[in-house]
Amino acid sequence: MSSLLNKFAREPELEPERYEFREAPIHHFALDRRDFFKFFGAGIMVFAAAKDALALQESGGGRQNHSEELPKEITAWLHIGEDGSVTAFTGKVEIGQNIRTSLAQSVADELRVSFETVRMVMGDTQLTPFDMGTFGSRTTPTMAPQLRRVASAARELLLQTAAKEWNTAPEKLLAVNAKITDPASGRATTYADVARGKTLAQRIPDEDPMTPASEWTIAGKSLPKVDGRAFVTGRHQYTSDLRPAGLMYGKVLRAPSFGATMTSCDISAAQKFPAAVIVHDGDFVGAAASSENEADEAIAAIRAEWKETSQPSSSELFSYLKQNVASDEPSDLTQSGSIPDGLAAATHRLEATYTVAYIAHAPLEPRAAVAEWKDGKLTVRTGTQRPFATRDALAEAFHLAKENVRVIVPDTGSAYGGKHTPDAALEAARLARATGKPVKIVWTREEEFTWSYFRPAGVIEIKSGVAADGKLTAWEFHNYNSGAAGIGTPYTVPNQHIEFHPVRSPLRQGSYRGLAATANHFARESHMDDLAHAAAMDPLDFRLKNISDPRLRDVFQAAAESFGWPAKKTKPGQGFGIGGGIEKSGYVATCTEISTDDARGAIRVVRVVTAFDCGAIVNPDGLRNQIMGANIMGLGGALFEAMAFNGGRITNARFARYRVPRFRDVPDMEIVLMDRKDIPSAGAGETPLVGLAPAIGNAIFDATGVRRTTLPLAPRA
Amino acid sequence: MAPPLELVVNDQKYPVHSDPDTRLLTVLRDELGLTGTKYGCGEGQCGACTVLIGGSPRRSCQVLLGEVVQPVTTIEGLEKDGHLHPVQQAFLDLDAFQCAYCTSGMIISSVALLTQKPDPSSTDIVQFMQGNICRCGTYPRIVDAIQRAAKSMEKQPR
Repeated sequence: MSSLLNKFAREPELEPERYEFREAPIHHFALDRRDFFKFFGAGIMVFAAAKDALALQESGGGRQNHSEELPKEITAWLHIGEDGSVTAFTGKVEIGQNIRTSLAQSVADELRVSFETVRMVMGDTQLTPFDMGTFGSRTTPTMAPQLRRVASAARELLLQTAAKEWNTAPEKLLAVNAKITDPASGRATTYADVARGKTLAQRIPDEDPMTPASEWTIAGKSLPKVDGRAFVTGRHQYTSDLRPAGLMYGKVLRAPSFGATMTSCDISAAQKFPAAVIVHDGDFVGAAASSENEADEAIAAIRAEWKETSQPSSSELFSYLKQNVASDEPSDLTQSGSIPDGLAAATHRLEATYTVAYIAHAPLEPRAAVAEWKDGKLTVRTGTQRPFATRDALAEAFHLAKENVRVIVPDTGSAYGGKHTPDAALEAARLARATGKPVKIVWTREEEFTWSYFRPAGVIEIKSGVAADGKLTAWEFHNYNSGAAGIGTPYTVPNQHIEFHPVRSPLRQGSYRGLAATANHFARESHMDDLAHAAAMDPLDFRLKNISDPRLRDVFQAAAESFGWPAKKTKPGQGFGIGGGIEKSGYVATCTEISTDDARGAIRVVRVVTAFDCGAIVNPDGLRNQIMGANIMGLGGALFEAMAFNGGRITNARFARYRVPRFRDVPDMEIVLMDRKDIPSAGAGETPLVGLAPAIGNAIFDATGVRRTTLPLAPRA
Repeated sequence: MAPPLELVVNDQKYPVHSDPDTRLLTVLRDELGLTGTKYGCGEGQCGACTVLIGGSPRRSCQVLLGEVVQPVTTIEGLEKDGHLHPVQQAFLDLDAFQCAYCTSGMIISSVALLTQKPDPSSTDIVQFMQGNICRCGTYPRIVDAIQRAAKSMEKQPR
């Protein structure tokens, strides 16, 4: 039992369902110290080294440490210019989760400067330290503390420098609002004056003290999104908006179906378009032209023949998954006690199977890249969550040294775990090499729906037992394909068997906001609801009886109190449901009210209350925005989103056929934040989503007496 | 080569060389460099490419250049003399965005709504804005921003 708890309580790692990348990170630092000051001018620079193995894995390590190079485990750095400007560098990227703002808050807070002084340089392989990628809700728990340590060390360095000039001790000086003062003598100077004329670089001590959350002054506040004005005026340039001089527009010939191989390709007709450059290289066929229309016409003129293969369809998906367990891949098993003993001790026993569909990220900005070659060096601007992995993929594809590839990530039109692969970057770079000009690739919506990757579908089987007193006695849980994130139960059960079975997926699959935690929570919390009814207990009371973690108990009670649980039905078709759990060090509980009073039998989510505990809150308003967004995005996967496919073709690769949540779907929402200043901050972009689907399913059961065991719950409504 | 067509965008006349059957979205973005208007789906389903033509909201991915006779307003045309349009200001004040890729289309649609209905109820807003997708799910804040803008425009008509 204790080993099981440890397994799920320890620091989150790379969840096994990150199918889209399994290669080891390749570490490299592009800037040395001399370069740094050349780039950013004189001043003071401080860099942070990783404290633990996990941070190392995410951000650095590996290369030999030459005298002028930065240390190998560097994770973040910060520069204070001669004008007092503060620039902090991180390999993380901004994709709408608002970390450009929240990280700047942490830096400003720790450095004791105004928020406006701090500029974040993010996701640029030439300027920022190595970072594995922006995923797994890791920025707030790992990058924010690293930047804080850098800022804290910079503050100390400024104090020491001033103290030396004034012949006093640094402890006697104060650093407040970008100024250093000596209360004893009344002397004062600014950070800018201290930095002037210096090229000071310092590695920070291993154990640098950070300001506790209870003393934060800038972090912990609801500051508005950095550069908000650029977004409301349309001035912000996403990758797809870039128009460098001489730009050409690229298009790629796609296979007619998954698994199809090209048997012949005649590009002669396409070559008659004078303005188009056609590239046929291996299985890649693309065109670049001076306009998108011309590139489209050139692609349309290519005559290719394909050999298609038999592919499963969405109608047979779940039996296919069960029949295609990847026996060559080990399953992920956690066990304690004995399931037969647990079932024997139970008064009520249940068995159920749950399924979840493949769904699409559908980021509103499709995958895009602009590539340009100059003097044998390649620069690619692209909306990716993994700039360094994209750089490595480009270096490998074009046989370049990594130093000769630079990947820059403009703040991107969302990703939700969907922008991990380097596809668009590779396509743009290949075409740009052939044309000698910059080439832009922007995937169409249909390409985005078809050739990206999906949240894994899955089948989950649960066998359980509960004793007469309402205590769980047995919990056997098998997940086929969808993944192991959030697979461990947060409830106390003496006899457990929890296993994830990898499957040969019929579709390309990968990360997604919430990963498999959504599927695993849906199955577990739906099942808990049925167990509560079997034991004739209120669903909340039943959960509380089986919870030992006080933070989980707190969020359930907070959500229930705010919702008014147990609620009394006042009209036909009304139903109430509850669900929750622990994921990525965050705690969530969700209560919903649904209505089935529509003549078509449609389900409407009327009201949602979410209680969330992610430790110390960095930006309450940004957090509310994330929780609200997680609920609304989660509503789609809970109620109606599902990829339909047949014969290797996605048959709903359009917004007209793939329904996503819109204004009309939005319920009344209430968010209860548990600000735990005594606990380190966890990420918040994903976890708030996981309680929603089961809370809706449980409310449907409450309203109709029918248990729906499939996600989406109401696909045709 | 055919003589250029003339397009009026944001009170400015532009000679345009694209074919008349080019989508207005492509002309705005690729020929005129007005990239504030976004591509989201190319099928008129997401609203990211919304512009005003003669004051009415249109999906610029569904309009061909040759069909445009009235003046066009894009997101770049709302700010006047350094002052944001009240709708832009309200979106900014309420942080009514996350990745903000949908924001241009949301703001343009909101301007169109407030022109037709200066004091919309939340039901009016939901109905009018139904064709605009925000995949990040900031809809409630957008509804609030539109109502805030309505109040501010009532006090100070534009």
